[in-house]
Amino acid sequence: MRETRGFKLYRGVVLVVLGLFVLVPLYVIVTSSLKPLKDVQGAFTWWPSNLTIDPFVDMWKTVPLARYFVNSTIVSVSATVFSVVLAILAAFAVSRFKFHGRTVFTTTVLSTQMFPGVLFLLPLFLIFVNINNSFGLQLVGTRLGLIITYLTFSLPFSIWMLAGYFESIPRELDEAAMVDGCGPMGALVRVVLPAARPGVIAVAIYSFMTAWGEVLFASVMTTEANRTLSVGLRQYSTQTNIYWNQIMAAALVVSVPVVIGFLLAQRHFVAGVTAGAVK
Amino acid sequence: MSVATQEATPAAATPAKTKNKRGPEHRPGLNRWLPYLLLAPAVLAELLIHIVPMLVGIWMSFVKLTKFYIANWSAAPSAGLDNYKVALDFNNAVGQALLKSFGVTVVFSLITVALSWVLGMAAAVALQPSFRGRSLLRTLFLVPYALPAYAGILTWNFMLQRDTGAVNHVLSQLHLSDGGTFWLIGGNALVSLITVATWKLWTFAFLTLMAGLQSIPHDLYEAASVDGAGNLRQWRNITLPSLRPVNLVLVLVLFLWTFSDFNTPYVLFGTAQPPAGDLITFHIYNASFLTWNFGTGAAMSVLLLIFLMIVTGIYLLVTGRRSRRA
Repeated sequence: MRETRGFKLYRGVVLVVLGLFVLVPLYVIVTSSLKPLKDVQGAFTWWPSNLTIDPFVDMWKTVPLARYFVNSTIVSVSATVFSVVLAILAAFAVSRFKFHGRTVFTTTVLSTQMFPGVLFLLPLFLIFVNINNSFGLQLVGTRLGLIITYLTFSLPFSIWMLAGYFESIPRELDEAAMVDGCGPMGALVRVVLPAARPGVIAVAIYSFMTAWGEVLFASVMTTEANRTLSVGLRQYSTQTNIYWNQIMAAALVVSVPVVIGFLLAQRHFVAGVTAGAVK
Repeated sequence: MSVATQEATPAAATPAKTKNKRGPEHRPGLNRWLPYLLLAPAVLAELLIHIVPMLVGIWMSFVKLTKFYIANWSAAPSAGLDNYKVALDFNNAVGQALLKSFGVTVVFSLITVALSWVLGMAAAVALQPSFRGRSLLRTLFLVPYALPAYAGILTWNFMLQRDTGAVNHVLSQLHLSDGGTFWLIGGNALVSLITVATWKLWTFAFLTLMAGLQSIPHDLYEAASVDGAGNLRQWRNITLPSLRPVNLVLVLVLFLWTFSDFNTPYVLFGTAQPPAGDLITFHIYNASFLTWNFGTGAAMSVLLLIFLMIVTGIYLLVTGRRSRRA
């Protein structure tokens, strides 16, 4: 590709248009979160009439945001840990062993990722209700139910991505480790995992993002006790006033950790997607 | 692995030590079962959350599962094909609403996928040669993807408010409208949905295409330049064919995601679903949880699944490839 004048013009136009498309909403979140209430109740302004950090203080009182935060953190961290461990084990099996049902496993697991969530939602809700009735194990309205559900959401993609990563690690390395007396599991822990660290980090961030941002199942499986941020933020609009400045402040606060984590790991993430796609 | 076995055996000093040091590869029984053991937790989780519920869902679509039977589902009477008849009877209200929602979803998906792909491709190509500020822009473009879906959609919800939103403000400043447009109710709801969904989705197309562009060898472009091919011809003759495998998977994934998008209408409209923005997943959700008639909801879900499988099957046949590993 040569950088002709035509190309530079094209690049300029594309980047300005898309830059604005992406930036304007981000700008609106940040500035609105610093506005007093009267600013967001009147006509839109680009700049706050006076800068205030009150929305960041008040947002914790309008709705029990801290509780939603704790719920989301516990659910997302647990789902991530389980999902990553399960994905590592499965990806190791797929990439290092030949066994019956290998293809069936990979295609079935990957195809579950493609099916619409609403298809599982009603039956899963019903199964959870009936597990509760039969065994007394409460899964609707508890964090446990959400953790079990979310860990499977990121699992297919994680297995696929990690298997791609593992396959790029020369087998001679784990064979050498086994010569030194490690079993296959020893080779996994001591050789494969350290070499695949970027992939594991990328998969962990992906799993966390999936759980942190999930809305559909959270809207059905949560009650006030285990409500997560994704549905908790809606509580602001059920108040008599709609505190848009607080909503924007809360949206900003719940986004920042995830966005920073993703952007720090984006290199690994792109590498992981490429490793999978190239095969 | 057999090499390792042979070499490790003479190295072992005493049998007792061997037992400790050597892994399970020396026990053929365990070794044969090891991959299954490794897969078992993932398989169990997938069975519990995906496979079994899917089968239960199919069963549910054949019974009268109203709210009286939710806690005692084994007592639910069989409905035969009634749930499907209700969903597909386009002369009654339920069937008509489903058909309309299906039509809205088709339009929504086609436009959103096309827009997302075009924008993603445009940006990926623009950022192909390196220049100052390239990595900064790439990072910026990934923010909508990294943002939790509901946070981005809530922001758009605020921007699309009639009296206090940024969109009407900008449009009236540019003299493109009087600034009094309703975006979240009425016919404009579909335009809003497409805009918000594209805002998030195009960055995924961008991310994937960018990764695909990196694997195209540089020499190809150089050779084409020597032959006097302009940038547009290079894009058509080199970039597009090289990205074909990436594109095949990308377009399918974008379509499947968009077609079953729930987050965008749910966060954008809440419980007030405007008919013009009544996407199918949102429609099924409301049909099930507002009326607590799970049987009809399940039948609609199965119909949606069948439709998506047919589309995927035709797509894979037409594009002439077996579904790769994605």
